[in-house]
Amino acid sequence: MKNVMIVATNTFREAVRDRVLYNLVFFALLMMAAAILVGQISIDIEKSVIISLGLTAISVIGLFIAIFIGVGLVSKEMDKRTLYALLAKPLPRWKFLLGKYFGLLMTLTVNTAAMALGLYAALWVVKHPLVRADGFVLVAVYLILLKLGLIVALAMLFSCFTTPFLAILFTAGIYVSGVYAGDLRVMRVVQMDPGMLKLLRIVSYALPNFENFNVMGAVAHDRGVPGILVGNATLYAIVYGAIVLAIAAVVFSRRNLK
Amino acid sequence: MKSRALQGIALGVLIVLGMAEVWNLQRKIDAEKQSLQLESEELMLRSGSMVTRMSLEYAPLMAAIYWTRAVQYFGEKHHLQDQDLQLLWPLLDITTTLDPNLLPAYRTGSSFLSDAPPRGAGEPDLAVKLLERGIKANPEQWRLYQDLGNVYYFDKKDYLKASQAFQQGSELPGALIWMKAMAARIAAEGESLETSYFLWKQVYDGAKEPELKKNAGSHLRMLQVELDFRAINHLADEYEKQTGHRASKMSELVQAGLISGVPVDPDGYPYVLGEGGKAELNLDSPLLEEQVMQKK
Amino acid sequence: MCFLEHWGGVCVDAGGRVLKNRDMANPAIEIENLTKEYPYGFLNLKKRLSLEGLTLQVEDGEVFGFLGPNGAGKSTTIKCLMRLIFPTKGTARILGKSIEDVSMHQDIGYLPEQPYFYDYLTATELLDYFAQFHGLTANDRKARIEKMLKKVGLESTKKIQLRKYSKGMLQRVGLAQAILHDPKVVVLDEPMSGLDPLGRREVRDIILELKREGRTVLFSTHILSDAEMLCDRVGVIVGGKLRGVGAPGELVGIQSQGMEVLFELGPEGKRPALLSRATQTGERYRVELKEEELYAALDELKLAGARILSVTQIKATLEEFFMGLVEADRAQAAAVEVRGK
Repeated sequence: MKNVMIVATNTFREAVRDRVLYNLVFFALLMMAAAILVGQISIDIEKSVIISLGLTAISVIGLFIAIFIGVGLVSKEMDKRTLYALLAKPLPRWKFLLGKYFGLLMTLTVNTAAMALGLYAALWVVKHPLVRADGFVLVAVYLILLKLGLIVALAMLFSCFTTPFLAILFTAGIYVSGVYAGDLRVMRVVQMDPGMLKLLRIVSYALPNFENFNVMGAVAHDRGVPGILVGNATLYAIVYGAIVLAIAAVVFSRRNLK
Repeated sequence: MKSRALQGIALGVLIVLGMAEVWNLQRKIDAEKQSLQLESEELMLRSGSMVTRMSLEYAPLMAAIYWTRAVQYFGEKHHLQDQDLQLLWPLLDITTTLDPNLLPAYRTGSSFLSDAPPRGAGEPDLAVKLLERGIKANPEQWRLYQDLGNVYYFDKKDYLKASQAFQQGSELPGALIWMKAMAARIAAEGESLETSYFLWKQVYDGAKEPELKKNAGSHLRMLQVELDFRAINHLADEYEKQTGHRASKMSELVQAGLISGVPVDPDGYPYVLGEGGKAELNLDSPLLEEQVMQKK
Repeated sequence: MCFLEHWGGVCVDAGGRVLKNRDMANPAIEIENLTKEYPYGFLNLKKRLSLEGLTLQVEDGEVFGFLGPNGAGKSTTIKCLMRLIFPTKGTARILGKSIEDVSMHQDIGYLPEQPYFYDYLTATELLDYFAQFHGLTANDRKARIEKMLKKVGLESTKKIQLRKYSKGMLQRVGLAQAILHDPKVVVLDEPMSGLDPLGRREVRDIILELKREGRTVLFSTHILSDAEMLCDRVGVIVGGKLRGVGAPGELVGIQSQGMEVLFELGPEGKRPALLSRATQTGERYRVELKEEELYAALDELKLAGARILSVTQIKATLEEFFMGLVEADRAQAAAVEVRGK
């Protein structure tokens, strides 16, 4: 496992030296501007709007990083052949993969945490002092991070067997489908033949249900999130992520590099 | 390469077990989310014109998305027997602003809006507003006049306006003949069971949208029950006249030769005679529930 | 048909082992029947054999050169050894451990062809990163990196990010990361490619030093003179098949092919009969003679007053041996095609 951490640390270092961090500055400025603007326009709902806006931004920016960099983690190395010398070390391929994953996860955590700070700063500007209920925002951020972790795993899986472009497309596609997966289950409207309905149900469970990680509605209105939901969502992300990474590891271990 | 095969098997097992756990967790999460009503009741943007501007050239697509959302919103609330439908109007408003020609939005939407709770939102005025917008954008669509007339007749009980709506609609190309007849009849009689039944039947026959059809069908059944009640009560009165006492069982009416067999309700359950010898629904009939809901 | 007999060289058995060679006690690298198929074409139904039944052994402590034209399969073989690609058939062992055993990589150093490394790292950081996988302590790493950078001549640029490195410099970093952890076996894929003559000289020196330190070196190249100079033994691969293994000298045959005489005509302009067999470049003439004809020819030239510039033994070079193989291979392929039609 030590080797996994070595790869992870290096991946983190790469991200740091990449332009990835600039988005933090951009985000912080965005949040400040939004805070000031919102303060001028509306009454009473500034807080909820800031939280919604902030969480949306964290989610979207995180999504971009997770998909684009997640895909690049493996395919960039294969393309540029930086991988070759590394695999000649006593480092099994699956450990390499895992290391890359954790490296990006670390990057995302730091990113997200920094953005959360920016969000809190904006909140403070708009409505200080901060209340205990504002702690719920952290729960929402944590769940977003879980979601991003799952997306990175998916991005890596796809990048292990298709071109980077297709991998990005597939990952984005799964993300969109995953967001609506829950709706597939509650669709009562359209009359369909039962076989089709059953199939749709199965698909709706098989897809990663990203709505599990969305508590924006509650948090924006100062409502708490029950611990058991957070616990189950965490378990969900871990189990699903583990499956995806395991498949990725097997696929990658058998792949002939060019 | 034996290790490869083993690896494959191990992976397969992991996937199967893992997805089973995923399914299990998902069900728990679904329950937790629902029971705590964490569904976002928020519509971030309530202004139709704003959404239209933001949609660039994709307004019709956005309209379809919003319409789907409206339908799902309605369906979900219905399923949960939640009567709070406050987002319905904004959703319909945005949909029709994005695409003023989206007929199903007007037709089914006005039906959802206008129907009294627990079936609908109980907002006939908003339904009128919606339909008037629809008529303005689609002046050749006589069905919208039909819907407008229905709203005035059933939910606003304004028979004059209802009659006018049917009249105006009857003059449009493609309008069925009954529109004119209805206009006259409502102007003369106001509300009657037969009229109500007829109007809903027209909606049912002419509706392309499945939700609209379903709703009409539901109304029709209840009206059928009312009509049947009237007929049965009429016979019961006959029986009383003949025998001097009130019948307490349907079989008595049959024995008296007033009716050839025990009539059944639209779901197939035989009617019974209840308090005061008046027709009532069989206790087993699922229509009883609907009747109770309607009476609320 | 055994190509090598034509050249007066040694013949190999079906296993690619030179028949005269002794059986090795401790082969550092053993390759057995290595085959690699590449499916191609519509629905991947056709298969191309980039490696066919390769069998050879590299002895402990020897410098072994893989020779062959581009696309012959040298890189494919090396990548199979390093488990970058997976052979369709066959096995291999390095230092007694199967190539499927990842721990075996502790004792191997590898330089990929046209190496490219993480360009956001400096040379020091890269070497440090790679060294960590070998379980070296921080101090140990530091010391070795210093030594290595000096050895490959990158000391002055060690703090510069690799994105700014020239090709030659990258090659040197690659070499450094391959030998930093004191591997017993060093595998180099085209180590000379892209280097200027000075760079090539430096790499040659490093390889010789590795040999002096008792390491086994396997490298691939298509530059024959390098192979002649450095290798104890050479394996020639053409068209995915091993065509011959042996010491460079053995392969080309120890027999002399004849003598070459260079001369100029004398001041009196007398023309010896030899001129009919000679080729002329400017004032010089060149003639090829069999050994037994030499003295008679020299007498003739002396009589004619010609000035003798040089007398040298003609030896087949590795290049000619090589070209012969390639030509024969092409001819055979063409023959197969004709037959097939």
